[in-house]
Amino acid sequence: MNKVVANAQAAIADIQNNATLMLGGFGLCGIPENCISALVKSGVTGLTCISNNAGVDGFGIGLLLQSRQVRKMISSYVGENAEFERQLLSGELEVELIPQGTLATRCMAAGYGMPAIFTPAGVGTEVADGKEVRAFNGKDYLLEYAFDADFAIVKAWKGDTHGNLVFRATSRNFNPLMAMAGKVTIAEVEELVPAGSLDPNEIHTPGIYVHRIFQGTDYEKRIEQRTVRPRG
Amino acid sequence: MLDKHGIAKRIARELEDGFYVNLGIGIPTLVANYIPTGVEVVLQSENGLLGMGPFPIEGDEDADLINAGKQTITTVAGSSFFDSAMSFGMIRAGKVDLTVLGAMEVSDTGDIANWKIPGKMVKGMGGAMDLVASAKNIIVAMQHVNKAGESKLLPSCSLPITGLKCVKKVVTELGFFEIDERGFVLKERAPGVSVAEIVSKTAGRLIVEGEIPEMEL
Repeated sequence: MNKVVANAQAAIADIQNNATLMLGGFGLCGIPENCISALVKSGVTGLTCISNNAGVDGFGIGLLLQSRQVRKMISSYVGENAEFERQLLSGELEVELIPQGTLATRCMAAGYGMPAIFTPAGVGTEVADGKEVRAFNGKDYLLEYAFDADFAIVKAWKGDTHGNLVFRATSRNFNPLMAMAGKVTIAEVEELVPAGSLDPNEIHTPGIYVHRIFQGTDYEKRIEQRTVRPRG
Repeated sequence: MLDKHGIAKRIARELEDGFYVNLGIGIPTLVANYIPTGVEVVLQSENGLLGMGPFPIEGDEDADLINAGKQTITTVAGSSFFDSAMSFGMIRAGKVDLTVLGAMEVSDTGDIANWKIPGKMVKGMGGAMDLVASAKNIIVAMQHVNKAGESKLLPSCSLPITGLKCVKKVVTELGFFEIDERGFVLKERAPGVSVAEIVSKTAGRLIVEGEIPEMEL
């Protein structure tokens, strides 16, 4: 039992053109920086990316957009990205916008082995177009299907050689959900430790969901909105 | 007439001790600055935090600790972190007591439009559709009229809908309104604002019953 691969390049080596990827993170918080860089280097194209956001110009998924490797984005919010806007308006990029809770729960459903969920989000809106509506206890819900992704690529704070993961603060966000949902799950971690080093009580994602793990390097952890109070 | 801080102050008076509260981006965020003395609320940030604190002291920013507006923040005593499915799970299950949102339009039946303007680049709904579909108590904080001077309190929304029949209260620079089956019920006037002005700037059904008191802030 050793899921450790050498680096991001090795972890993503079998991702083919036109693959569907889940990418963890909220904004630029908790994104798999090393794997995104490796995907850019690999030149793989035609990707469908399921991710809450689409990065910013020059960072995160913005890098994959810049090199025109993304065919379709499935996200809840895609502001802050001029190149994204350009490709969308020119028709180079397809975008499916879905409510954030629906995005999270469609990941969760996949990880829990459930084909679909019912959610009230989007009832009466254009999100409901073409979807089955069912009433429970007098309230309408939309039928939404579990995601079907070839790979989930997540970022954790700590991980062990069995693939157990621990996340830090709000960089957890979609990462544990996507980790559970991928047919193949790749985890990059800031600190990789031998199995037995992490307290089993503290593990957020059990290693059964993780197929490949490596310790990332040179994390930039860019801050999108630096808001502070003055000292003193 | 209220400025945006005045709107936030009035909404803050709706907070009750022990409330779990989700504040949207913009004016709603300001509500956190006016929490009444003796009232303890826990702020939920839908990217996975209960117990959101103020912005960090300069130099203490943590890239792993942000709010739903992607701003650096802090935790407080009693904070907890969780994943995005649990975050929307607690919203969907009605555990969050109050949601404060901005809006482009609100209808007199409580429909809200706040995510998309036809012809403009769409950025997405983020968590707004989940919040409005599930929150049991939604207050909208917004300007009463748009830049063209047209009422944003309407008989029905003209912009794409975010959610139906969900808004319970609206606070604008002109007044405080509750929505019931009759329409917008004017409860309070903003300081210095007349009922006549509110009537003239409200396109949706407006109910004015008796003497309308001036808002206390």
